[in-house]
Amino acid sequence: MLSKRFSEKKGVKGGLLFLAILMLALLVAACGAGNDNGSQSIDPAQTETTEPTDASDSTEQDQAEQDSAADDAEGGEEGYAPPTANVTLRGAGASFPHPLFMSMFYDYNQQYPNIIVDYESTGSGGGQRALKEGTVDFAASDAYMTEEDMAEVPNGGVIHIPITIGTVAIIYNLEGIDTGLKLTQETLSKIYLGEITRWNDPLLVADNPDLDLPDQAITVVHRSDSSGTTSIFTDYLSKVSPEWAEKVGSGTAVDWPTGIGGNKNDGVAAQVAQTPGSIGYVEFAFAVENNLTYAQLRNKDGYFVFPSLEAASLAAADAAANMPEDTRVSLVEKGGKDSYGIVGTSWLLLYKEYPDPDKKAAIQHLVSWMYREGQKHAEPLHYAPIPEEIAQINDRNLAKIK
Amino acid sequence: MKEKMEAVAEQKIAIDLYKNGQNRKVMEPLFRWTSLVFAGLIVLSLAAMILVMVVESWPSITTFGIRFIWDTAWNPVTLEFGALPYIYGTVVSSIIAILVATPISIGCALFLTEMAPSWIRAPIGFLIELLAAIPSILFGLWGLFVFMPFVREYIQVPLNQFFGFIPLFAGEPRGLGMLSAGLLLAIMIIPIITALARDVISAVPSLQKEGALALGATKWEVMRKVILPYSRVGILGAVMLGLGRALGETMAVIMIIGNRPEINLSLLEPGQSMAGVIATQFNESIHSLHVSALIEIGLLLFLVTFLLNVIARFLIWKVSGGKNGVRVVQ
Repeated sequence: MLSKRFSEKKGVKGGLLFLAILMLALLVAACGAGNDNGSQSIDPAQTETTEPTDASDSTEQDQAEQDSAADDAEGGEEGYAPPTANVTLRGAGASFPHPLFMSMFYDYNQQYPNIIVDYESTGSGGGQRALKEGTVDFAASDAYMTEEDMAEVPNGGVIHIPITIGTVAIIYNLEGIDTGLKLTQETLSKIYLGEITRWNDPLLVADNPDLDLPDQAITVVHRSDSSGTTSIFTDYLSKVSPEWAEKVGSGTAVDWPTGIGGNKNDGVAAQVAQTPGSIGYVEFAFAVENNLTYAQLRNKDGYFVFPSLEAASLAAADAAANMPEDTRVSLVEKGGKDSYGIVGTSWLLLYKEYPDPDKKAAIQHLVSWMYREGQKHAEPLHYAPIPEEIAQINDRNLAKIK
Repeated sequence: MKEKMEAVAEQKIAIDLYKNGQNRKVMEPLFRWTSLVFAGLIVLSLAAMILVMVVESWPSITTFGIRFIWDTAWNPVTLEFGALPYIYGTVVSSIIAILVATPISIGCALFLTEMAPSWIRAPIGFLIELLAAIPSILFGLWGLFVFMPFVREYIQVPLNQFFGFIPLFAGEPRGLGMLSAGLLLAIMIIPIITALARDVISAVPSLQKEGALALGATKWEVMRKVILPYSRVGILGAVMLGLGRALGETMAVIMIIGNRPEINLSLLEPGQSMAGVIATQFNESIHSLHVSALIEIGLLLFLVTFLLNVIARFLIWKVSGGKNGVRVVQ
C-alpha cells in the first residue's frame, strides 16, 4: 500500500521533471533565436566553405583569392593582402547602413573565410561611444565626430571613411495627389518651422500650378527617435534656411518647432499613411520599397529633382572636389543640374593604430574591399554607391593606418 | 512474492528516511542560506541599478540641478534638458488608463465570479489571461493601424465637436495623442486588473454572501455591501499592478502618443512618456550630456513609480483601517 502511494508520487515527480526539462529546452531555443537577431555575426560555421580539408571548397577559396588579387591589380595602387591568420573584427554603430553591411560582410566572408566580421547595429551614438571606450575594432556613424569627441578616441585617433551615401525622401499623404509634388528649400523649411500650415498656401500653389492643392491643415511628422536620417534632414534645413539654423539647428535629435513624432522610418511612414494631409521624411530606400508618394525638391541650381541613387551619387561627386582630407563634411545642397539636396554620408570610423598586425591587415583589406568591390551590394539595396573621387580619398586615409 | 517485494520497498523507505535524517543537518542550513542569498540578490541588483543610474546621470544632475524636474526644454542641439513634459506624459496617460480600466475590470471580474454561468467562466478567464500575455509591441501596432483611426473618427471628433469648448478636448483631432495613449494603455491593463480582481473576489467566503442573501439582500446589495468591502484591499493591489504596467509601458505608447515633449491641457494633443524618450533617443544620441539626461529620466521614472507605490500602500493602509490586513466591514 505504502509502496504504491510512493511510486505514484514518483510518477508525478517524473512528470514534473519532464515538464521542467521541456520548458528549459524551449527557453534555450528561444534564447538562441534571440541572440541570432541581436547581433548578426557571420562566422565560417554558417557559410558553406568551412572545411579546409574539403578539396572542392579549397579550390573555390583559391579561386576567390585569385579573383580579388586580379581586382586589386586592376584597381591600382592600394592592394592590401588579407592576413592568413584567423581574425575576428568587431564593429558597432549606425543602423542605417546595417542591411548593406550584412550583405557585404556575408559576401566578404564567403571569399575570405578566415576573417569574421561581427557588426552590431547599436546606433551612431552607440558606435561612437564604443570607439571611444575601445571595445570595438571599428564603428559606423551617420554623423561625423566632433573635434571634442575625436580627442577622446584612443589608439592614435580616428579615421573617417565614407562608405555609403544616404538619401532622404519627403513623403506626404494628400488625397488624389500622386508622387511629384514640388517643394522648394523655402516651402519645406517653412512647413517644418510651422510657418506654412495649410496645403493651399500661396507659396505651395505657386510652385504647383497644375495640382489642385486642398484647403487642409498640414500635419508635420518627424522622427521621434534620434537618427542619422534626422541628422541629414536637419543639416539640410540648417543649410537652406538661416531661420532654421538659428532657431533649431541640426543633430540626430532636435527640438522640433511643430509636428508629431513617429518611431523610426516605419513609424513615420505609418503616421503619414494614417493621417490625411501629413508630410514626413524617410530614408529613400524605405520610400521606394513601400511605394510611398514622395516629393521632388528644387536643388541648388534651381531644378526640381526626384530623389534617386544617381542624384545622390552626383551630389557626393560634386562634394568630393572640395572635400577635406578627413572627409568630415556635409553633403547637403550640393551643386549640379541633377543632384538632389538631402543627401548625407555614412562613415566607417577606424583607429589610426592597430597594435595587432593581423588586425591591421584585416581592417585595411576589409575596408578597401568595402568601398570598392563591396559597392556592388549598394544599388540592389537602394544605397547610393561611393563615387570614385571619394574612394581615392579613402585610399589615402587608409594608408595612414599604422 | 508480492508481499516480499512490498516488504523490501518499505525497508527502502525506512532507509531513505534515515538518510534524510542525516541530510537534515546539512540540507536545512544549506536551504536557508541559499534562499537568503537569492533574496539578497534582488536587493543587490536593485542597489546596483540605482548606483549605476546615479553615476551615469551625474553630469546631467550637476549641470541642471533640481530644475531638471520642472524644466520644459528638451533640446539636444543646444544641450538644454528638462524632464517635466515627459513626467506629465507618463503620469497623465497612466491616470487616464487607470480611470478607464478600473471600473471595467471590476465589472468584468464581478460578472465572471458572481453572475456568469459556470460554463462560460473558464473560457473567458482563459481569454483574459491570454490578453494579458500579448507582447506590447503588438498592442502598439494594432493601436497605430486599427485603434488610432477608430479613436479619431468615433471618440476624438465627437468629443471635439460637442465638448471642444472645454480645454481638455480642444485642438485638432489627429488620432494620436494623450487620450489615445491612455485608452490603449487601459486596454492593456484591463486583463491584468481583471484577472487579479477575479481571484480576490472569488476568495470572499461564501458564508458571508449567503448570510447577506439570507437577510434578504439583492445580488447588487451583496456585491456592494459584502463582496466589494471584503475584497477592496486586494482590488486596490490589482489596480496598482496595472498602474505599474501603465507607467513603464514603452513600445505601445511610443506608437500612439505622438512623441512631442509638450505640456498641453488638451488630451487630443500629442505628448511623450518618460520610458518613450529613453527608448527612442538612447541609441543614436551622440553627446554624452544627452545620454546622461536620458539616464536621469530613467532615475526619475524610478522615483515616480516608487512614489506612486508609496501612495498606493498608504491608500491600502487607510482603506484597511490602519491594519495591514483584510478587514470585514459590517
